[in-house]
Parts: sequence; C-alpha cells; structure tokens
Amino acid sequence: MEWETVIGLEIHAQLSTKTKIFSGASTAFGAEPNTQACAVDLALPGTLPVFNENALRMAVMFGLAVNAQIGKRSVFDRKNYFYPDLPKGYQTTQLAEPIVGAGYIDITLDEGDTRRVRIHHAHLEEDAGKSLHEDFHGMSGIDLNRAGTPLVEIVSEPDMRSAKEASAYARKIHAIITTLGICDGNMAEGSMRCDCNVSIRPKGSTTLGTRTELKNINSFRFIERAIETEVARQIDLIEDGGRVIQETRLYDPDKNETRSMRSKEEANDYRYFPCPDLLPVIIDDSYIEAIQQSLPELPDARKQRFIDEYQLSEYDAGVLSAYRPQADYFESVAKRTQDAKLSANWITGELAKHLNQHDIDITASPVSAEQLSGLLLRILDETLTGKIAKTVFEVMWKDGGSADEIIEAQGLKQVTDTAAIEAIVDQVIANCTAQVEQYITAEPDKRGKMLGFFMGQVMKLSQGKANPGQVQGLMKQKLDALI
Amino acid sequence: MFNLTLTELATRLAQGDFSSVELTQAYLDRIKALDSQYNAFITLAADSALEQAKQADELRKKGQVGLLSGLPIAHKDLFCTAGLKTSCGSKMLDSFISPYNATLVERLNQAGAVTLGKTNMDEFAMGSSNESSYYGPVRNPWDKDRVPGGSSGGSAAAVAARLVPACTGSDTGGSIRQPAALCGITGLKPTYGRISRYGMVAYASSFDQAGPMTRSAEDAALMLQVMAGLDPLDSTSADQPVPDYRAHLNDSLAGLKIGLPKEYFAEGLDPGIAQQVQAAIQEFERMGAQVKEVSLPNTELCIPAYYILAPAEASSNLSRFDGVRYGYRCEDPVDLEDLYKRSRGEGFGSEVKRRIMVGTYALSEGFYDAYYRKAQQIRRMIQQDFLTVLNDVDVIMAPTTPQPAFKLGEKNSDPVAMYMEDIYTLSLNLAGLPGMSIPCGQSQGLPVGLQIIGSYFSEAKLLNIAHQFQLATDWHQQSPAGL
Repeated sequence: MEWETVIGLEIHAQLSTKTKIFSGASTAFGAEPNTQACAVDLALPGTLPVFNENALRMAVMFGLAVNAQIGKRSVFDRKNYFYPDLPKGYQTTQLAEPIVGAGYIDITLDEGDTRRVRIHHAHLEEDAGKSLHEDFHGMSGIDLNRAGTPLVEIVSEPDMRSAKEASAYARKIHAIITTLGICDGNMAEGSMRCDCNVSIRPKGSTTLGTRTELKNINSFRFIERAIETEVARQIDLIEDGGRVIQETRLYDPDKNETRSMRSKEEANDYRYFPCPDLLPVIIDDSYIEAIQQSLPELPDARKQRFIDEYQLSEYDAGVLSAYRPQADYFESVAKRTQDAKLSANWITGELAKHLNQHDIDITASPVSAEQLSGLLLRILDETLTGKIAKTVFEVMWKDGGSADEIIEAQGLKQVTDTAAIEAIVDQVIANCTAQVEQYITAEPDKRGKMLGFFMGQVMKLSQGKANPGQVQGLMKQKLDALI
Repeated sequence: MFNLTLTELATRLAQGDFSSVELTQAYLDRIKALDSQYNAFITLAADSALEQAKQADELRKKGQVGLLSGLPIAHKDLFCTAGLKTSCGSKMLDSFISPYNATLVERLNQAGAVTLGKTNMDEFAMGSSNESSYYGPVRNPWDKDRVPGGSSGGSAAAVAARLVPACTGSDTGGSIRQPAALCGITGLKPTYGRISRYGMVAYASSFDQAGPMTRSAEDAALMLQVMAGLDPLDSTSADQPVPDYRAHLNDSLAGLKIGLPKEYFAEGLDPGIAQQVQAAIQEFERMGAQVKEVSLPNTELCIPAYYILAPAEASSNLSRFDGVRYGYRCEDPVDLEDLYKRSRGEGFGSEVKRRIMVGTYALSEGFYDAYYRKAQQIRRMIQQDFLTVLNDVDVIMAPTTPQPAFKLGEKNSDPVAMYMEDIYTLSLNLAGLPGMSIPCGQSQGLPVGLQIIGSYFSEAKLLNIAHQFQLATDWHQQSPAGL
C-alpha cells in the first residue's frame, strides 16, 4: 500500500527579552545554577507575576510576520501539574485566547515548489527550569535559571507531507524569528525546540491516522531523520497488523530510533483555568500598527530583493536571506565589492565551510565582512588568483589581519609582469619536450585540452602567483608558434 | 495606656508622654503575660520590635515622623516579613522565614510602624473559627470557651484583648469582618485591589484582600492610608488615587441612603443580632439617613459559588508547597511521588486538604463547565445584583454574621455549618466590593457586628459612616470582662 505522511510541528522559541516573562530576573544563558532565579521564579509564598511588555511586543511581531490575526484580548491560563523544575506547580500559558491567531507561511522545497503551511495559533508561556539527574548521587538537581524565560509556542496545522517539508518549515520559522530578532535561534542551547506530530494514512485517505509526538528535537537534520525513522516504524507496525498508539516518543540520534516516553492514557489532566494573578492583555489597533511599521524586512521579501537587486540565483538568495546576520553580512560585502555573485560564492562557500567546521555562528566569525571584502577586492583587481585568495583566507581565519597585510607579509601578490611570466613559460616548454611534441602532432581540436597541462606546470613553478589569463595567452601563442 | 487607640497613642508619642521603646516594651510584656490565655500570637518579635521602636524614637528626635511612627502593630501570619517566620498557621510553613517583605509590610515599616509579632490564623486562611491552625485555636477574649472567628482570629483577639492596638488581616470570604464582629472590633475589607497582594500568601487570588483590624474607624482610616495604593509588583492592584481617608471622617450623614437587603434579615439570623442591627439603623436615621428595603436575589447562590471558585484557585495556589524548595518535607522520601504525597499529606491540615480536593475536582476535565464556569457566571450575577442596588442607595447595611461567637468545637465536625458563618460576608468578595464590620451591640453578652457595604473604592464613605456611628455610640469602646 502507498502511505501518506502527515506532520504538524510545535515549535518553542525563547524570546530574546533581557528579563523573564513574569519577573525581573535575567534570561542570559549559561550562568551558575540558580543564580538567575528571583523570589518570583522560585515561587516563594506571596510572590506574584508581572507581565513583561517586551514579550508581548515580540509575540505580536511574530504574528504579523506570519500573516496572523493578533489577539486584541489575550488571556493567561494556568496549566497545573507537579514537577520539581516547575516551581509554582503550574505553568502560566495561554489556551483559549492566545496572542497570535491563525496565520500561514510559504515554504520553498528543493525542487523550487512552494507550499503553504497554516499556523493554527501561537501563544506566550513561561519556560520551566531544568532537572539534572547526574552528579547528585542518586538525587536530582534543579536549576531554575531557565524558569520563567518567555517562550512563544508556534503550533502549525498538520499541513506537511514529508520530513523535508517539515524541516523546510522549521527552517523558515527559524529565519523569521531570527530576522525579527525575537529569538537567537540557537537550537543547541534550546533557544528553539521542536516537537513533531507524525501520523500516516493510506494515500488518498482524508481522515488522519493516530499520531505520535516526537519531543524536543534540537537540529533541522534531526527533524528529518526523526520523522523518517518514525514514519518507517509506523508503516512497519501497521503493515505487520499492529496499530499506532497515541504517545510521546523520544528520538535518539545516536541509535537513530524513536522510543516511547509516555502514553496519552497516563497523561495529566492539566486543569486549565484563567490565571487570577494576571489581567487579560488588551491591545488596540494603534499598538499593532506601530509594531507593523517597525518590522524589519522579512526573509521572503529580502530573498526577492536579493534576486532583483543583486541578480542572485533563487538558490543563493534563499540561502543568504534565511538567517538575518548572514544576509546582513552578505549585503555588507556586496556593497563594498560591488560584485554580488563573487560575494555570494565566497559566503556560501569558503566562509560557510569554515564556520560549519568550527561550529561558529556568523555573528562570531573571525573573518569580518570588512576583511572578506578586502580580500575579494584583491581578486577583482587581479592582485590575487582565486587559489591564492583561499590561502590568504586561511591566514585571515587563523591569525586575523587585512588581505593587504597578509599579501604583503607573505609575498603572495599575483605576478602580472609579462616578461617574468614569459620566462617561466619558456622554461616549461624547454623542460617538457615530450609533451610539446605531443601537442604539435595532435589534432587541432585536441590541443585546447592539452594546454591545461602546461598551464599547471607554469602555476606550479610560479607557486600559483602567475596571472592565469596571461599564462594561457602566452603559452598558447608560444606553442602554436612551434607547429 | 492599653485602652488608648492608635490615633490617641500617636498623639501621646508626639507629646512625648512616653517613647516608642517604652510603649513597645509595655505591649511586649503584656503579650507575654496574657497571651497564653488567647493564643493570639504565633511569633513574638521582641528584639526586632524594640529595634524598630528605638529607630522611630531617634527619627522623631530629628523631626522625621511618619504616619505610624513608633506605633506597635502586628501582622496576620500570612504577610511575608523578612527575617520573621511566616507560617500561614500551617505545619507546611512552620520553618519558613521569608527573605522579603510583603509590600504592605514594607509600607507600614516605612511609615514607622513597629511589628510586635505575627498573629494566629486558620491554616492558609481557610476557616471561620481559627480552629484549623497548626498552632492551636485562638480563644475569644469575651468568652474563652468561644471562637474568635476566622481566619484572622488571632488579629481580632489580639486587638480585642488589648495586646496590640491594631493588626493587619486578610479577607477572602469574610476573614476580617467575621472575626471583627465576633471579637467586638472594627474591621475593614477594602475594594479588591485597593491594597497590594504582593507578599500576602495566596489563598484565592481573585478574592484575597488585606485590610486593617482596629479599635475604631478612625484608626482603620489611619492604617488604610498607609496600606492602600498601586503596587507595580501586583498586576491586580488598583490604579486609583488614594484619598485622604481621615479628611472625610466628619462629613455629615444627612441624606445618606441606606439599603437593607431583605435576604440578610431572613431565617437563621439570631434575634439578638437582628435587634441590635435594627437599633443601629435607627441611630443612623437619627443622623438624617434614609432607609429602604432592597433585594439581593442571588444571595443563596453565594456560598455554592464561593466554595467552587475559591477552592479552585486555592488548589492551584497551594501547588507550590511541594516539599522541593522550602517548607515541610517528609522524612526519607523513596521517590518523587512519595515526596509529593507525604510532604503534602503530612504538611497540610484537613480543611486545607478538603478545599484542595474540592478545587481540583471542580477544575477537572469534564467538570469545568458544570462547576467552575457556572460559578463564574453566578459570580457576575451577584456582582450585578450589588451594582443595581448601589445605584439606588449609597450603602447597604446588614448583620456581619448570623450568630454571635460560637463554642470551640461546636461546628468543627460540620464543614457546611461552618461555611454558613460567612453567608453575609463572602458575597462582597465575589463582587470585589468594600465592606466594614463595626461593633453595634451585644447578644447573649457577646459582641454584634454591623456590616456596612459600599460601592467600589468607597472606603472613605464607609469610614465616615462608621466614625459617625462611633461618635454617637460607645459599643466600640466596650471591652471584654476582666480587661
């Protein structure tokens, strides 16, 4: 039987507010345990929440960026359950009246097709603390630094039909929230976390199959692999006559398998009710309008502008616009060099390769946009060959410095002096009598290809510094003269 | 000295008749000598009180005098006091010392008040007799075999026994007014939100309201002046100007329109109380007030609605007492569930457990609409009843309680009979309206309370009415035999 996959995503994004959603404690990542938890975060008796207006503003920004209706009245509810890293015994969240209503985004697939994914709603809530089960001699440690960090939970409709679509959707949400500057998007640190609801059904069926929920997946690659693994498991299960149980499953990237965490039958009754400590949040059109006016250029618009203004390919424009710091970096380099294509190639090529290898975000790149621009300008004015430019980049990455300083210090300037090049060309012809003989006797249409060997010899002798264009011209001229 | 009111003591301190240290020491000695008879105090703060008194005396010498400079008061033991135990009358918090002051405590400290100690109360403010306290029942100074009322029973008994001139209390369903009536003192429950709830351990957040418990309306005005006002730490505190409460105490009552709700003078009311309340009404008529009968038709729904909504909020508010971060933790828990079950099972008393269970049930999936939502609708109807009547009359007058102080143990085994104690008071908490109880006579040799109910933020009017009554009568000056 042919199966169709149905996927819906719940993405939690930590908002980049300086302080927590209901207290004045800092939200910075990585501090000593329990140093960023105030009386409110510890849920000391008598403490009360005060809503952080910045979290509201950021949620509204997100809503506007995904074409959603904004809740002019939104209400915080309590979701009651006991867990040691949930200090109040309830999570303050939004259920019936969320801040962001129905919206949508369009995703582009590899084949260039676009698909619309509807967003059911997005709501504000507080993050829990962390339970640490190691290093406490059989006990558990609780770190409440994260407790009360503002989250926006983005709930999609079950509109995705493949693992690739799901990861494309997640990447698009990532692009939007980082472009808006409302989330740093760091999945490894948990700033953006993804739960995937996955089910299968016979192709052509319109009813939904029983779904499982894959929890807390922390990379785009794992989203794809987790879904693929889970879909394969569900197909095997059903084709063997079994049935899928509605449950929460954990994806183990090391074993590439999903395993059961808890089933719905033993799930909590959360006893939601409106939080009496917080007033309904009421906003008016002018508030929304002011935020609309202040929105930065969004990834879709920027991508289109990169195509129109810089004549980038659809692919390059998509890659560069997906992450705001990268898009800013590109524009900075392109403006300085006035060569968008070369800039794009270097940023998506050499720079991206180095950043990935060293797991460094572009905002912390050891090679700044200014440095890279300096390097590319030396390629454009033919001071450097492309090959030598990569060497200069390596030095720049490791030791810093401007392209000009490195070229000067290491004597890497391209040789364009015709006499000097001619001398090397003559030397190669003299050294390679056998190859010269072959060249002379070859069919004329084969000679062009054979030229490459002589070029390589010249570049080798010149340590890559000879201007390739000049070398090619001179070499052809001299060899052809021998015929 | 012990028969002087707060206002009179303020004058005597200003005249230099005695110092705050002398006054404080005298009260501390009196509490030590007499409180074993009443059990009104959980914690006596002798050292810090004398320190505060010393400071007040020194500041006075420099001419720095606040509204309450050097005046001794006590706090109900649910207001967080930095460095002093805040037990809420519960084993759960027997070891809890708050690291911070409640906003109300902070304001009273700033005004120069001296905290003698913390007063006994029903556990987590749940009760009408003070018998649910972990620290044992409080005895009514008028008859030590009788209850002082609750939940602010310690505060009421302490003021009635002249152990302290004024106390703070809190009122969720009548917990200031009912014990004030039963102990023959003046108690004011302001409009919901008039006084910050920050640092007041929550029972039912949308009902809880702090207020003063004093020997006279004039003293209540003085206390309220300091306690009232917007607090950025409490989102539900009211952004309403705080009038000069003492400036209106002597306004004329000529033309005052008083409504008497017929439902509050119906079956179940003690004849002696009915008679005394009628006599008080006649006193107001002599002052020029006009009296008419009014109707609050949904009165009989108050108790059922309250005993859904307040426990629902309580069940969530009390979840934080889980044995994890502070408060009572059971011995040697074998696992997390055991830690929760035994810490809460052993730490909470039976009335608290009863309300947590009722509230949990009311919020459960499948019951929410039938209980919580329905009770919220009734709450709005009750509020509407009051608004309709208060459109027609300036204030409503009624008995505070259906019976005078009852015997210890009398209603202990019958929770519903105990809940009926609050039949005239908790309607105001449902509506969020302000109300006062002042002594207006005696029945069976026990004090009778007159309840005065006004529209939102009409505290100045209520204090004015109460003060005029206290100028014309001396019921508030009566003291229990033997004092």
